[in-house]
Formats: sequence, structure tokens, C-alpha cells
Amino acid sequence: MAHTERRDAPELPDFSLLKRLARDQLIFLLEQLPGKKDLFIDADLMSPLDRIANVTILKQHEVDKLYKVELKPIVSNSDQLCFLIRPRIQTVKWISDLVNSDKVAGRFRRYKIIFTPQKFYACETVLEEQGVYGDVTIDEWNFYILPLDDDILSLELPEFFRDNFLEGDQRWVTTAGSALHLLQTVYGSFSKVYGIGRCAKMVYESWRELMEEGEQRTRQPEFAKVFLIDRDVDYVTPLCSQVVYEGLVDDIFRIKCGSVEFGPDVTSSDKSIKVMLNSQDKVFNEIRNEHFSNVFGFLSQKAKNLQTAYDKRRGMDIQQMKAFVADELKGLKQEHRLLSLHIGASESMMKKKTKQDFQELLKTEHSLLEGFEIRECITYIEEHINRQVSMIESLRLLCLLSITENGLLSKDYRSLKAQYLQSYGIEHLLTFANLRQLGILEEQQAGETLTVMESRVGKLVNDKTVGKLTDAFSSLAKKSNFRALSKRLALVPKSGEEYDLRIPRDMAYIFSGAYIPLSCKLIEQVLERDGWTGLEEVTRMLNGQDFAVTGGSGSEARNRTDAQRIVLVMFLGGCTYSEISALRFLGKERGCRFIVVTTAITNSARLLEALLDNHA
Amino acid sequence: MIYHGLVKMSHLSHRSEVVEQKSDVSCVDFHCNISKMSRAKPEDDEYWNSSKFKAFTFDDDDDEFSRLKESKRAVNSILVDDDDDDEDDVERVSWSGEPVGSISWSVKETASSIRSGSEQSFPKIDTTPSLTKQGSGYSLSSLFKGKSKPGAFQSFSESFSETSVRTYAPELRKPKSDGKDFVSDLSPEETVRRMQKGRAFSLEKFRSLQDKLLLLDEAVAVYDGNVITAVLIFLKKSLSKEILFRELMARDVALRHYVHYLKEMGEQKLLVELLKALGRTEDMALTQYKEHLNIKDEGRRRDFLKSCLSLPFSQDDATHVQDHYTLLERQIIIEASDKKADADIFKKFPRKASILNMPIITTLYYSCFYHYGESEGTFSSPSNIRKTFRISEKQYILTALGARAKLKSWFDVDSLFNTKNWLGYTKKRSPIGFHRVVDILHKNSAPVQVLQEYVNLIDDPEVKLNMALKYKCHDVVINSYRDLKDRQELVVYREKLERDSPEYRKIQELLNNVQIRWKN
Repeated sequence: MAHTERRDAPELPDFSLLKRLARDQLIFLLEQLPGKKDLFIDADLMSPLDRIANVTILKQHEVDKLYKVELKPIVSNSDQLCFLIRPRIQTVKWISDLVNSDKVAGRFRRYKIIFTPQKFYACETVLEEQGVYGDVTIDEWNFYILPLDDDILSLELPEFFRDNFLEGDQRWVTTAGSALHLLQTVYGSFSKVYGIGRCAKMVYESWRELMEEGEQRTRQPEFAKVFLIDRDVDYVTPLCSQVVYEGLVDDIFRIKCGSVEFGPDVTSSDKSIKVMLNSQDKVFNEIRNEHFSNVFGFLSQKAKNLQTAYDKRRGMDIQQMKAFVADELKGLKQEHRLLSLHIGASESMMKKKTKQDFQELLKTEHSLLEGFEIRECITYIEEHINRQVSMIESLRLLCLLSITENGLLSKDYRSLKAQYLQSYGIEHLLTFANLRQLGILEEQQAGETLTVMESRVGKLVNDKTVGKLTDAFSSLAKKSNFRALSKRLALVPKSGEEYDLRIPRDMAYIFSGAYIPLSCKLIEQVLERDGWTGLEEVTRMLNGQDFAVTGGSGSEARNRTDAQRIVLVMFLGGCTYSEISALRFLGKERGCRFIVVTTAITNSARLLEALLDNHA
Repeated sequence: MIYHGLVKMSHLSHRSEVVEQKSDVSCVDFHCNISKMSRAKPEDDEYWNSSKFKAFTFDDDDDEFSRLKESKRAVNSILVDDDDDDEDDVERVSWSGEPVGSISWSVKETASSIRSGSEQSFPKIDTTPSLTKQGSGYSLSSLFKGKSKPGAFQSFSESFSETSVRTYAPELRKPKSDGKDFVSDLSPEETVRRMQKGRAFSLEKFRSLQDKLLLLDEAVAVYDGNVITAVLIFLKKSLSKEILFRELMARDVALRHYVHYLKEMGEQKLLVELLKALGRTEDMALTQYKEHLNIKDEGRRRDFLKSCLSLPFSQDDATHVQDHYTLLERQIIIEASDKKADADIFKKFPRKASILNMPIITTLYYSCFYHYGESEGTFSSPSNIRKTFRISEKQYILTALGARAKLKSWFDVDSLFNTKNWLGYTKKRSPIGFHRVVDILHKNSAPVQVLQEYVNLIDDPEVKLNMALKYKCHDVVINSYRDLKDRQELVVYREKLERDSPEYRKIQELLNNVQIRWKN
């Protein structure tokens, strides 16, 4: 079942280069503050920093003590303080307070703030207003991209999602543009760019500006095509339960910066282990994209093979044994360790999922995707809420219900909201306001029968007057149009057909054959058509904002190198491991490779947690 | 990688506070006009002397600056061959101290080995679909750049030709070619561009409202949130709020940036005023309500919530906020008395946490646990809570069931479902499916006898059988198979039982009963 790589799958560029660049720049910046210094690091920068540098490197550049930024008074005797932070007003205020209290105490120190990936004027204004501008030196560490794996690049900016889509703050647009620019500078230009979404367009523009400014150093591109996609084009996919191994591990254990901590229940010892999950882990690499139901079988087969390999020792003479120990044993032991880890993880996940009636939950999700037995689904969600089962899970189901149904009926909305507030706290009023603002949990407006209308409209594609009608509708409100889109793009395979999850026939396998992720389907369609031609109705339902542009001299026509079959997909607002798995599958089918650039890895819990407003 | 200039620049950028402070106009001058450096104070001199770099020449400041900036960018994005090597007045610094060649060198190698010389450029696309620029009717920049006017939707094919249009427009984008001596003479376009690149700029000259708005619109037109906020900070300081609010009303993008900025700065009062001025009363009410999260003391929090009751919430939300106030008020009363309560139940099951700020359902559970059976007149009684917060029967039963089952009060559990019909017969009825009841009872480790009773109440025979099998309610299983006349299953099930147990014997008896007409 492990997919055999197509022989002609193109080689991916070496992204470790990006790590070295970031590290060298950081070292340079640290040297700007010569002498011993204490370093304060933003909590969410610690893991990314770990991936590119280590304590030894920091110590070599005279970092004395390392602290986590906690926005509390500090205890440090150092005369030089360096702050490595994200450009956040709160953190800068904290630093200003610190400097001012030192001043009051008559204490002299040097302070340096290194903003990453860039500084913001608003932060500098805080320094100015607090009267410490000039007492603090400012630098930027342009650490735009962290390679998480051979084919995953992350900006590690989870706040991109809320800032851009909920608050409407475009502060990260140029950051994303700069990230693309960096890739282009290091790895070569792209011949074609496609995209969909408001943010995607802005990022493209920002990047194009950078491109025009910089001296043109074009060369043979290492990627042929780039696809930019906004998260708000498809909220359904990240809100579904993940059932592909890597996604499931992320949903349950939370993969952080490519690494996961397995607790005692997995390691069957009394301690936790942190494990890097990437293509270097041979066992993981073979199961990461598999539907969970296949994983057990695979792992037990693997265990048998391992046993056989170990058994070879029997009947060996001394020479053979020596060779065995020298050549194979180490590898076998390594594999053994990994195997037992993933078996432990699978068991633990199985237990957790059985306990929460996962089967029933999935059934409800699939019904929602299919638009089938909605009443039963509502009852199920209601009971979920009444029993105070996980606050996030309940919210997730409510959002799925709302998006797939184009909003809830007024009476359902009110009753479900009231019950939710009773179960999880009335302060979630604020959360509901956010979700409404984002359009993922809404009340249908009175007299609104758009759902039916639009799906009917969906059938009459070629009729121009009808096309205009949809235009008028979409200007009324931002609708998800999920049902119509699903029909148009055949996202939900006909029920009743058997779906063999061991031999996936399309990307739907990542959701047990129940649903092809909209985001990935769009990518597939656009690449196939080399643009949006023929998808006009689809883009209309997605509120327009699509584009496709070709580079000036169209390097496409030149030689068909490997690079022509590498596609860079940039998710603005985060993507899930399931989507990455789907794209890997698509790549194998089409003989190309996808590289995913994302502002952060997300999943349903992270996405919704970013929208909560129930605490100070 | 050979590296020059950057070191000095970063020193410069933080020496920039020597710029005179303008009193009323915010001059967000991050990389100060270098010519002013000559006013550096004595301690600065000392600092400079200690640095190992040669003194700066200040004459051609802007050019120098842009070169510094560029070399920084060059390093950051490892552009390979830096061809403008004319900065001989700067010492060359090898950064990271690694021998020339290791990392950066290898980058250079990789980069140059795969170079080919084709020129590529991408066309511009229009990002704002129908409404290009809001507010201020026209903007010079849009004329120059040939940007589509409001309403005219630009198609992509059109956009291809736009690159050529641009070449005829006044060239404002090349940083080196401007040659202007005073940053204060720059157009909105140029100012915004300099802000984007982190170069010296000055906002002083934007004094008329029209100029200020042109500046804001230009910032919005380049999509750079950082610059939009910077301009807004300037407008905040140099315009009365009434005027600023009025102008923001027609500029959605800028408005959202401003709201977010105020949120992040914690300028609650101004934010509330803004929302009020915009007529967004519900948002205003919610924003004020949100403040309660910052109040730790429960008494003050309660009083604050009380003050929220008069805010213009939507009808539904007003009810919820009223509930919130009532809830906390009750919780404070309950907490005060339960803290020192010495009833048996509190000794047997000491409270693990305070009930303050818990959700309604948790409070109901608590009350079903510690205050079951109290009369409706007391605040802490389940019936009072149920009534006050309009809790549905289904929700009530679920919660009470959980609490009483936890205490193993099977009698209470029993009476939850008892209803008398008009003839006075007692019947079991439940608003939640009995299979769910069984689940909850099982989770609270109810004994088989209790489980069995409820399994028997499940309507659907199939569900009933499955539940019975799951929870080992032998009697129910056996009766079900008997009713199904499924002899084979009975035989199979018998093997799972202990020999000579009552259940085993019951199956034996059934199998020996000749009157049953088995289906198999």
C-alpha cells in the first residue's frame, strides 16, 4: 500500500538553504550587540528557532541566558538585553515598561529588539510614545520561511488568519509577498501564477512590486507554477475531522513545528518523547498520507518483516553475524524504535476516538457534507452541546452545519446559540459575533431562500441572464454556496458506491471517500485547464477574485525540465495536513510534485481557537 | 558573502531620535534624515568612536541610504553579485565570521550555476473588484498609473498591456532615481513607497484634509497594512476624531485597520466612540461587554455586568447578558454560603473549585449535586436555576441524571423518569433516548441491575440488543434472542457465560422448551 514513487517524479529543490540563510542572518544580528547579553524570545518563536539554530550557536555569539517572553517583570543581571520577538504591540509595551523601570531605578543597560519577520510602524510608535525610542535599538530578522519538510514551507504565522480574515488587517500581505520573493530569488522565477481570493491578489501585487524593484536576475525557474489561495475560499475542508494518519496525529497530539510530543500512553513508559515527524522518519513517511484504517495493517506487516530481518541472525556464523551487526542492525533497531512509537500512537488514537464515539461523529459530518438528514444532524449537535462535550467540537459542528447549509434557520440559530451559551459560558457571545463576522456561523436572513435558488441556478450555467442573477445575489451577502459548488465540482461522490480506501481513486480518500477537499479540487481543475476558463460559474460562487497570469517571456515553451512539473501552492491563512496529503496524492496521479507554502499549519481546533473571544 | 554597510546602518537607525521632536505633527521618522546626524550629542560621539567603522559622509545621504538598504536586502535575499562596489568608504565586514566560501559562497555557487538570461515580468492585476478607491473622488496616482476608474472592471487580458502604460507614467518607483533633497516634498505615492521600504519620509507636509486623505488612499491602494496603520496613526494625531471618524466611514479597509489598531492598543474609550459614531451600536455594546473579562473581582464584575444591561444589544443578546448578570449574582450568593457549608454532602465530596464564573449548565450540575431537593424558593435549588434560565426539559434531565448517577442515587435517577398517567399508573418516559440514558449511567458505573432496567426501556429492538450486549445485560440479551426465536445465537451466547450461572440455566431452560418454534 505504500505508494511507489513514480520514476519520473521531479526532484525537489533543497530548502535547507533557507534555514542556513536565516541562521546566518540571526548570527549577524546578534553580533550587532557585542558582548554578553541575555536573550528574551517570544514563546511561539522558540520552536522555529530550534529548527535553525541551537543553544550552542547562541552561546557562541555571547548569549548568556535565554528567557521566554512572559510579559512579566524580569530578573536579569545582564547589562545587555536582546529581545527576539514577533512585532506585537503588547510585547513592545512590555519592553517599554521594562526600560522605563530601569530608568527609574537608575540602571543603565543596552536594549535591542529584533523583530521577525519584520517590524511594524505601530510597534515603533509605541516605543516613541513610551519615551524609549532611541534607548532601544531595532533590527529586523527577515526569517520569512521555515522549511518543515521536503515539501512543506511555513511562515509560522498563525495570527495571519485572524488578522487578515477576521480583523481585516493587511499587515501580513507584504510578508507573504516577501516570502514569495525570497523563494524566487533563491530558487528562480515562476512562469505562471494562478490565484483565488482577495488576499491572494494583494499578495501577488505586493510580490510583483518587489520583483520589479529588484534587479532582474532571472534564470531557469525551479518551480513552474504558483497557486495562491485564500483560506476563506474553503472553510469546510479545515473544519472536517482528519482521518489521514498525519492529520489525525495533528488533531489529537498537535504537531508543533514539525514535531510532536508523545505522552506516556504512547511510549508505554513513564516519560514523554518528542519526535520529529517528517520524511526522514522512514516508517512515518510511509503511513503519513494513508487513511487511518490502513495504518494498522501496514504497521503489523512491517513488524512481521522486522521480525524476519531479526531472525536472520539465527544460523549465522561469526563472519555473517559481524556483517549483520555492522550493516543492518543499526537500521533495524532504528526502524524498530520508530515502529513501536507509531504503533503506540495508533493505539492511543484508536482508544481516544472510540471513547468519543468517533463513528457517530463522522456519520454526522458526512451527512452535513451530503446535505442529508439535516434534522438528525441538528439533534446530534444539540445533544453534543447539552452534554458539554468539547467546546471546540461543538463549535466546529455548528460551523460545518452553517456553511454547508448557507446559514441556519433563524429558530435553529437562536436555540442552538442559547444552548451553547448555557453549556460553555455566556461570554461566548463574543465568539459568536466573530463567527458571524467571518461568515462561518450565521443566521439566514428573513425571507431568504437563496440556498434553493442558487442550487437551481447552478444547473443553468450557460444562461447569461441567470449568471447575472447570481451576481446580484453574491453582492447581497457573502455566501458559502457550498451545496451548489459541491454539485458543480462533484465534491461529494455518489453515496452507496463502495470506496476502497486502500486503493484511493481520488482525493476524497482523505475523508474516507466522502468528500473531495474544495481547495485541492480547485487547484486540480485550474492546473488541468491552465487557468480559470470554464470555471466561471465556480468562481462566481466563490465571489470572484480569481486570476491567472503568465510571466512576460513565457519560459514554459523553452525546455521541459523537471521544474515544469513542480507546483508551488501558497495557502494564505493556513492549510491542514489532510490537504497536503491530498496534494501529494494528486501529484502522484499527475506526475508532478507540489510544494506547499503556508502561513501556518492549521486544523479545525486551531482555526476556531483563533476566533474565540472568551478570555481577556 | 562579503557584506558592507549594514552594520553601520543599524547603528544609524537607532540613533535617529536626535531628530527634533515636532510637537503637534507626528513625524514618524524611522530612519532619520541623516544630515541631522551631525547634531549628535557628545555621548553619541563616544559611541561612534568605539565602533570600528569609519565615519560617514553625509553629503549624498539619501543615495547612500538607499544603497545601504539595498545591500541589506541583497544579503537578506542572497542576491549574488553585488555589482555596485563603489562604497569604498565603508569597511568590508564578513558576517558570521565564517571563512569566505562556506555558506554564502555555496549559495552563490548554486545560484549562478543555474542562471539563464531571460527577462521576465508579471502583469499587474486589479485587486479591488468594483470599488477601486473609496471616498475622495479622484486621485492623481490613479491617473498616472492608468489604474481603472471606479466601476470599470479590468480584465486580465487588459492588464497585460498595462506594463507598457506604466513606462510612460512618471517614474516614481525606482528608489535611486528620485534625486529629491527633501523628503517633505514628496507626493503621496512616493511617500507611501518610501514608507513601504522603510526609508526616510516625512508626513509634515500633508496638512490639508485632502492631502491627508490622498495619503491614506494611496496606502490602501498598495495593500500594505503596516503603512495603512502608520498613516492612520498620523491622522489620529493630526485630525479631530469627528473628522477622522467621518472620513473613515467611507473607507472600509482603513476603518478596519483603525479598529484593529485601537483594539490592540487597548484604547477602549475611543473605540466605543468610533463605533457609536458609525452607528454600529451592536458592535459597540459587545465591545463594552467584553471589558468584563478584564475584571477579576467578582463583585465588581457583577456590577459591571449590571451596567451592561442598558447597552443596545440585539434582542437575543440582551437576554443573554441579563442571564449573565443574574447568573453571577446567584453564584456569588451560593459561593458565599457553600464555602462554609458543613452539610454531609460537602464533607463526603469536598468541592474541588468555586462555582464562580462557571457556565449555567455547570451551575445546574453543581446544584443537582449539592442542593438536590431544595425547595424552589432557594437560589441554589435545581428547580430555581432551571426556571430562571429557561432550561429545557431535555437539558435538565441530562444534567440531573449525570449528577445523581455520579452520586449513585439510583432512586433519584429512577424518579427523574417517572411520570404518572391520568389513571395514576407510573410510567417511565424520557425526553432523551433511553440508550443515551444507559450510556450516561454506564459512564457513572451503574450496576447491571440498574442498567438492565433502562436497557429494557429502549424501543428499538435492535438498539436494545446491541446495548444489552455491550453492557452485558444477560437477561435482556436472552429475552431478545428468545423473542427473535434465534436459537443459534442463544447457543453461542450460552458459551460465553459461566456454567451453572442463573443466566446459563435460563438459556438451558429455553432451549429445552419444546413450545418455542425456533426460526433456526
